[in-house]
Amino acid sequence: MNRLAYIGFFIVAILIIVAVFAPFVATHDPTVQNLAMRFAAPSAEHWFGTDALGRDIFSRIVYGARISLQVGVTVTFISAFLGVVIGAIAGYYGGVIDKILSGYVFNVFLAFPGLLLAIALVAFLGAGIWKVIFALCVIGWVGYARVMRGQVLKVREMDFVQAARALGANDLRILFVHILPNSIQPIIVQASLGMAGAVLSEASLSFLGLGVPPPAPSWGTMIEEARGLDTLYNAPHVLFFPGIAIALTVLAFNFIGDGIREYLDPKQRRR
Amino acid sequence: MQNGSLISIENLKVYYKVGGVFSKKVVKAVDDVDLQIKRGETLGLVGESGCGKSSLGKAILRLIEPTEGKVIYNGVDLVKLSARQMREQRKHLQIIFQDPYSSLNPRMTVGQIIGEPIKTFGLAKGREVEERVQELMEAVGLSRRFVKRYPHEFSGGQRQRIGIARALALNPEFIVADEPISALDVSIQSQIMNLLEKLQAERKLTYLFISHDLRAVRHLSDRVAVMYLGKIVELASAKEIYEEPLHPYTKALISAVPIPDPEIEANRERIILKGDVPSPINPPQGCRFHTRCPFAIPECSIISPELVEIKPSHRVSCIRISKDHPDIKENAAKGLGVV
Repeated sequence: MNRLAYIGFFIVAILIIVAVFAPFVATHDPTVQNLAMRFAAPSAEHWFGTDALGRDIFSRIVYGARISLQVGVTVTFISAFLGVVIGAIAGYYGGVIDKILSGYVFNVFLAFPGLLLAIALVAFLGAGIWKVIFALCVIGWVGYARVMRGQVLKVREMDFVQAARALGANDLRILFVHILPNSIQPIIVQASLGMAGAVLSEASLSFLGLGVPPPAPSWGTMIEEARGLDTLYNAPHVLFFPGIAIALTVLAFNFIGDGIREYLDPKQRRR
Repeated sequence: MQNGSLISIENLKVYYKVGGVFSKKVVKAVDDVDLQIKRGETLGLVGESGCGKSSLGKAILRLIEPTEGKVIYNGVDLVKLSARQMREQRKHLQIIFQDPYSSLNPRMTVGQIIGEPIKTFGLAKGREVEERVQELMEAVGLSRRFVKRYPHEFSGGQRQRIGIARALALNPEFIVADEPISALDVSIQSQIMNLLEKLQAERKLTYLFISHDLRAVRHLSDRVAVMYLGKIVELASAKEIYEEPLHPYTKALISAVPIPDPEIEANRERIILKGDVPSPINPPQGCRFHTRCPFAIPECSIISPELVEIKPSHRVSCIRISKDHPDIKENAAKGLGVV
C-alpha cells in the first residue's frame, strides 16, 4: 500500500478517536455561548478561537467530527448494501429484470444531479441528521449498483460459476458463495471514496441550511455561519478551521480509496 | 433410444441472439445435431474454435439452454425437465472445464471446492465429507495434505486434477470433458489424459471428450465426431477417422496433424484450406463447408447434406460421397457430381 494511504489511515484513525472520545477531547461545551468573547482569535484558552456567538471552535470541530463520521459511515454502508443487492440482482438475473433496473431505474437516478435531488428531498422532508442520511442514500446507492452489476456480469460467466451450477448449487448459493465474494473488491474501493463524498455532501447540505440544524456543530453549518464578508476580513479563523477539517477528512478517505484500489490491482502493485 | 446408448441427442439446436434489442441476428452455434453416446465409450468431438463444440457439450448438461431438440438420458428428455428435476440429474452428469484457472473459485479451499457438491446433495455429513474429499483427492493423484490450500497455490495440472475430483464427487456416469488439456503444458497433458483413462476404467465413466487436439482425441477416443459450423460432418470410429477420413473437411484436419518423421512429413500430401471459417451469424447456404471445400460443385451451395452411413458405423454428410462412391477425390477425378 502506498504512503499516502497510510497518511489517510492515520488521519481517519485520529478522526475516529476524536469523535468517539469527543467529551474528553473538547476543551469547552460546543454549544455554550459567550457573547463577550465573540470572534476571539486563537489563543491558549480557545485553540481555534471563537465564533460569532463566542462558542469554542475547537470543541465544535471535535463534536462536528461525530456528525461527519456518523453521516459518512451510515450513508456509505446503507447505500453500498442497497447498491450491492440491487446491482447483483440486475447482473445475475439479467433479462427483463436487468433491462428495467439498469436500463431505466439506474439511468433515472444517474440523470438527476445528485446533490440537487438531495436538496429537494431534504427541503421536502425537513432538516435533521436522519433525513440527511436518507436523502444521501437515495442518491448514493445507484453508483454502487452500477459497479456491482458490471462485476456480477463478468463473474457469473466464469467457469467456476458454471461448475457450481453443474454441481447442483441453487441460485442463492451461487450468488452469495461464488459470485459475491469475487465481485466485492471494487465496491470496497468505491465505498472509501464514497465516504469522502458523503462527508462533503453533508457539509454542503448543512452549508445550505438543509442539513443538520443548529446548534448542532456540523462543519458545513459552521462554514455557513462564517460566510459573511465582515467575518472573512476580521476573523478568518472562523471559516478556516472547519474548512481544513472537511478538506483533511475528504482527502484522507480519498487517499485510502486510491490506496486500496492500487493494492487490489496487482498490475499497479509495487514490488 | 438406440441400443447401448447412454445419451441420445436429437435435433439439438443452440442459437444465441446477438446484437441489440432490435437485432434479429442469431448465431447458430449448434444446428440440428443428432448424436448417440454409447455407455462406457469416449466420444471425441473435434473441430475448429467457434464451431460449437463447447456449446454442444454444455447444452447436454443444460449449462446453456438448448433452443430446440432433445437430450435423452436414461429414457428421460433432459431438455423438458424443470430446474428442480434437472438438479437431481446433475448427480449423474458432470463437466470438466478447459481453463483450470477460472474454473475454481479463488476464494475457496480445495476441500471446500471438492466438498461443495457432496454437501449440497447431502451425500455425507461432517467428518464423512472430509474423508470423501480426501479419497477423491487421492483418486486424482493429489496429496491429502493440500486440503486446506487455495487454488492459486497449485500448478495448472494440479488445478485440473482438483476440477476432475470435483466432477467425480457425485459419482457421475457421464462427464463432458470440455478441452480439459488444451490449457496445459504438453508434459502435463499426457498425465491428465492417463488420469482420465484410469478413472474411466475404475468408475465405468462415459466421456464426451471435446478437443481441437487431434492427437489427444485419437489417443483417448473410441469414436470421433467432427464438427464444422454447428453441424456434425463426419462420425466414425477413431481408427477410421484417422486412417480413412471421407469428408473433405476431415481430410484437411487430419492432414494438418504433423507426422514426427521428416521424410514422410516432407513428401506427404496436405490439404490446406483457403480462407477462414465463415461467420456463424450468416452461415453459407447448402453445405456449410462449400465455401472452403476444394471439391465444391454448384449443387453444394443449394443442397444441405444429411449425415448418411457410407460404411458400417461411418457416417458422413457430403453430397459427393455415397456408399458406392466413398472416395471424393476419385469421384471428382471421374467428374461425378451429386452421387
